[in-house]
Amino acid sequence: MSMGAGSIAPAELASLRERYPRAFARTPLQRVVLAAILLALVAFVVFCLHRFDATPARVINGLDRFAKIAGALFPPTPGEAFWDLVRAMAESVGMAFLGTLIASIIAVPLGFMGARNVLPIWLFRFPIRRSFDFLRGVDALVWALVYVRAVGLGPLAGVLAIATTDIGILSKLFAEAIENVDRKQVDGVQATGANAVQRMRFGIIPQVLPIMISNALYMFESNARSATILGIVGAGGIGFHLSDRIRAHRWEEVGFIIVMIIVVVAVIDIVSHFLRSRFIKAGGNRPLMLQAEADRPPATEAPSSR
Amino acid sequence: MPAAPFLAAMLEFLRMPSDASNATVLRFEGAFARLRRRQRIQLIGFTIVFLVLVHAAAEISNFKLDRLLAGLPRIGEYFGKTLPEIRVATLTADIGHWYYGFWRWLSLLFDTLLIALMATLFGAIGGFLLCFPASRNLAGHLGVYFLFRRLAEIARTVPEIVYALIFVVAFGIGPFAGFLALTLHTTGAMGKLYAEANENIDERQLEGVRASGGNWFEVIRYAVLPQVLPNFTTYTLWRLELNIRSAAIVGFVGAGGIGQELYHAISFNYYEDVSAIVLMVVATIMVIDLVCEKVRHTLIGKENL
Repeated sequence: MSMGAGSIAPAELASLRERYPRAFARTPLQRVVLAAILLALVAFVVFCLHRFDATPARVINGLDRFAKIAGALFPPTPGEAFWDLVRAMAESVGMAFLGTLIASIIAVPLGFMGARNVLPIWLFRFPIRRSFDFLRGVDALVWALVYVRAVGLGPLAGVLAIATTDIGILSKLFAEAIENVDRKQVDGVQATGANAVQRMRFGIIPQVLPIMISNALYMFESNARSATILGIVGAGGIGFHLSDRIRAHRWEEVGFIIVMIIVVVAVIDIVSHFLRSRFIKAGGNRPLMLQAEADRPPATEAPSSR
Repeated sequence: MPAAPFLAAMLEFLRMPSDASNATVLRFEGAFARLRRRQRIQLIGFTIVFLVLVHAAAEISNFKLDRLLAGLPRIGEYFGKTLPEIRVATLTADIGHWYYGFWRWLSLLFDTLLIALMATLFGAIGGFLLCFPASRNLAGHLGVYFLFRRLAEIARTVPEIVYALIFVVAFGIGPFAGFLALTLHTTGAMGKLYAEANENIDERQLEGVRASGGNWFEVIRYAVLPQVLPNFTTYTLWRLELNIRSAAIVGFVGAGGIGQELYHAISFNYYEDVSAIVLMVVATIMVIDLVCEKVRHTLIGKENL
């Protein structure tokens, strides 16, 4: 790099460094704090690895075996069961679709009940809101295992599991959407002499419906992913075949199923994205919680968006 | 815009004095009727497509209403059985009986927490290394960008429990397999998210550092990082919340944590254990969510000062 006309001579740089040490380096205190944080982090990692029983021999053996498995995934082949796998994959997508649909329908009245401007009494709203938290706090896989015990093996348990978790998520999101409606539109409808039901129908619903549909579509994307694993506990879909092949060490077929999941999830993402942009112009902002759900946090809430 | 001629007609209508035989009124009525007809046809079309999809989904996933109705009472029965028997007279003894395994479960929950923390830490490091070549504006070469971006997306699409199944075979049963599974998934998710944050930065700062002779690393350090670090922090905290949930279930396939115990409780119908463990897990998740929210707000607050 050649020295340009505006570059600083070494002597001048040294004097600047002396006069403004804070601009060139951290203070000793900052350095000590930084070192302490790093040390604590390293200690934490060492403690965890010790607790996880990660001895060097185990890690090396494991990596060796993992490399062999990763190699064996290729070339992905469906085995003799190609159409079985396609059917099971379709079953997973169907489960996600039905589960999201059922949850969306049930979540609409629940969302209204959980919204502050619809149900102003804290004593009623609080237990409703907490039960949403409980429903979504328990993972769909746990619900699936419970439903398999209750209604038997098969996709019905999977549909119910997806619906249960989603009722918690969608009710909360719907309630938030309803709380954020523009009062003016509701007031306008009220000024024409509308009763409570009419205020809801013509004042609130037109504002929240696009947001609700777009949230439901986001949930469908996320559920298509989780529906592929519910079969691991016997709740229908491709997951059963996947865990079966892994336990039997039939790695080429495992590779094929993984490729299938990746392709189907990508296609659903594209279709859902298209639907949202084509039919729903409002509600384009992904809600914070769903952004996490679908691995894409917000631009609005991020601290740097000033 | 199908609504534009309608709106124009309406505006014209509003400016006109009311007169039923006015040509403008007729034009407005015509435009309005056409708009309504088009909307109605669209609605009917969507409804038909939607119903066909619902039917196909119900058919393929064998979802029958009578099976659902037959199952509902059994679901109620199941949840009834999980409720512990607690009387006021023997309150503490009953709760003690319900939570007989409290300390063992607490230790397993601690494992779950550690899996989530470690996976978030290593996943964030992995995602950090991955995100710069996976950003369109920083990768330099379009092929490099494409390769790393797809890599991140694939790593994030495969569910963590699938990784857990594979790592349990490779590394044996235990929390180490769960940690690796979650780390791999988190690396993909973070790589993609961080890369998206990188792509949304102000390009002028890059040009500034480049113009003063900065190389690629200096551009990253002095132009990119100051802009994206707050976003990275928010995303990482979000991921921690998700990872706690995932870490609680990787035990279903033997990858450590409380999941294994929960799986056994449900599989062997230890009803009261199920409710006891689920309550502990949900309480832990809520506490972590609360802590993350507090940290996030503190950081955002500082940022705005």
